[in-house]
Amino acid sequence: MTFPGTPTLRITRAQHRTIIGHCFDGLPDEACGLLGGPAIGAMEEPTGVITEVFPTRNADASSRTYTVDGKDMLRAMRTMDERGEVLVGCWHSHTHTEAYPSPTDVRTATANPNWIYVIVSLKPEHGAPVLRAYRIRDGAVAEVPVELMG
Amino acid sequence: MPVEVRLPTLLRQYTDGTASVTADGATIGEVFAAIVGQYPGLGGQLIDDSGSLHKFVNVYVNDEDIRYLDSLGTPVAEGDVVSILPAVAGG
Repeated sequence: MTFPGTPTLRITRAQHRTIIGHCFDGLPDEACGLLGGPAIGAMEEPTGVITEVFPTRNADASSRTYTVDGKDMLRAMRTMDERGEVLVGCWHSHTHTEAYPSPTDVRTATANPNWIYVIVSLKPEHGAPVLRAYRIRDGAVAEVPVELMG
Repeated sequence: MPVEVRLPTLLRQYTDGTASVTADGATIGEVFAAIVGQYPGLGGQLIDDSGSLHKFVNVYVNDEDIRYLDSLGTPVAEGDVVSILPAVAGG
């Protein structure tokens, strides 16, 4: 399914490398981070363009859950404030499962219904990392297309 | 002692779209009680049923996360900026 008006997530190859690299660096734990970019309107609808990828610490230091470190989040938000842009999503790794929101991911997706949730699977059977993106609203999951730029 | 409280996008629906409100209080708990008095819809968003800080929000006094201070008992002084951000977590 898709939600109406779903943007295409456009990330550069360099941003993609940053995300994947941080996911590997975090092993054996899950890794996480934030996405910043332009957004439209009071509910901060992302355009899909990402201007900054923020690797953050996983405050849970866990292979099963993540919590974006609070100070890292505050710093990322202020960086985007200075640019006149906002946080438009987040990303985290699944070390041994698919790049699809877990029941916990769905339950805790409360930041903003317009946020884009990127999940990277490092499941060894895939041979290479798999990056996919979603929107999560009221318990429903919809995939967001991803386009690699540059 | 008035302090500024900055609200995340999702909570602005309870404040008529306002991103920043000013309230009096000597602690975070008192400041929250004051802003909930102004905007009752914020009540259940900040404080859970047991009276603790809601797990889906992070609250900072200037740069410090109040979970590592005294939570709702954290003192505030005039000129402090209280920032509320969504907690970002999952599994």
